[in-house]
Amino acid sequence: MEKREILIIGAGPAGLAASIEAARTGAEVLLVDENDTPGGQLFKQIHKFFGSAKHKAGTRGIHIGQQLLEQTKEAGVEFWLNTTAVGVVGDRQVALVRKNEDGISETIVVEAEKILVACGGAENAVNFDGWTLPGVMGAGAAQTMVNVRRVLPGRKILMVGSGNVGLIVSYQLMQAGADVVGIVEAAPKIGGYCVHAGKIRRAGVPVYLSHTVLHADAGEGSEEVSSAVIVQLDERFQPIEGTEKRIDCDTICIATGLRPQIKLSTLLGVKNGFIPELGGWMPIHDENMETNVKGVFAAGDTAGVEEASTAMDEGRMAGVSMAYDLGYLTEEEAAERKQEIAERLKALRLGPFGERRQNAKDRIVAEGKKHE
Amino acid sequence: MSIKKHPILGDAPEVEEVTVTLDGVPIKVEKGQMIAAALLEKGIRVNRYTHKNHAARGIFCGIGQCTDCVMVVNGQRNVRTCITPVEDGMVIETQNRTEEQE
Repeated sequence: MEKREILIIGAGPAGLAASIEAARTGAEVLLVDENDTPGGQLFKQIHKFFGSAKHKAGTRGIHIGQQLLEQTKEAGVEFWLNTTAVGVVGDRQVALVRKNEDGISETIVVEAEKILVACGGAENAVNFDGWTLPGVMGAGAAQTMVNVRRVLPGRKILMVGSGNVGLIVSYQLMQAGADVVGIVEAAPKIGGYCVHAGKIRRAGVPVYLSHTVLHADAGEGSEEVSSAVIVQLDERFQPIEGTEKRIDCDTICIATGLRPQIKLSTLLGVKNGFIPELGGWMPIHDENMETNVKGVFAAGDTAGVEEASTAMDEGRMAGVSMAYDLGYLTEEEAAERKQEIAERLKALRLGPFGERRQNAKDRIVAEGKKHE
Repeated sequence: MSIKKHPILGDAPEVEEVTVTLDGVPIKVEKGQMIAAALLEKGIRVNRYTHKNHAARGIFCGIGQCTDCVMVVNGQRNVRTCITPVEDGMVIETQNRTEEQE
């Protein structure tokens, strides 16, 4: 068994930011990730971020990722890649399976005084008939393929969902050379920001509002998707007979939200609350991102699905809190830093979209405080 | 279908190729590419068949969470191909391709 002061699981925006913040104070930080490269989903965000300059607005996610990686090196964060957390074996003891350079995997148990779960989120599916056909995938999967792997998932894409993910991924699929044949949205209006919707509309992509996918079909003698039938919905979201329309497409992308990845935190004994606005079941936590289990923290999409910018600041908050609890920061230093981060988080949760999230976050924190 | 030119990412760098076999047929793929993405690039989108209904499955999440793209790699079943990079000489098989394999 190995011992560390801080163990962080997940090297996405939250985990990276937390590791930097904590390691800079002198705390001993081990950051693990199951992928062979760090960054989580940051490196597929090739669009410019929103917010103010403090939030790196105007910078593309991919560049923010590179900056964070450099900072982890400067701060002296210990990195284990190709390392999957597979279970919890004791009090603050996590079992990790690490694939070493020789290709051989070994199981290592790490006991840490503080554990941060920053495992991200998972995409929701919509189970219309044919949703399991090859060619039907999460919008995030398609985004990974075009922006990270540089491979087109198909030529003619039908997008399901018009939230920011649906809009941004549609645009990025077009940038990569694919044809987006339509966006299907069950609600009567577009879900995402105007700026993203504008790009899609200007490109002439049809947006089918109050529509859903009835079924996806494979072509004659094929095992892959080749078309979909969409249908109009009434105000009670029921299909209106006679409005079916077949759309030819070789790929269907589903962008209907994400949910927090809570498997590991739940194993660690963390209680979950149900917050629909942030993706459903998620670990309850306080303002310091500490859960009901003392010493166990959650941040980023695992602590409620939002954006990479909020994930980074939640990570920083957890990093500062863990370092302070370990005695690496004075009370004044910690208070000042926490205040700064809390203000930034608040600013990220302004406006009509942000307020809902702020309200949801307040509810989970109120729940978390009960356990202190 | 690989993306050679991109307005944000720029031109794709030249990458060495390695040879793997898929169901016994040798194919050349980009070194360092994930197995599922390398096959997708060749237009191959079926990674496995389900146990009960022998229904085809392909990439769904692309980040190692859903296990829909698992294949038999170097004799080992259930390898998540979207997060496993190709290596020269790798033996890749469509999982449950024939009923006998199941």
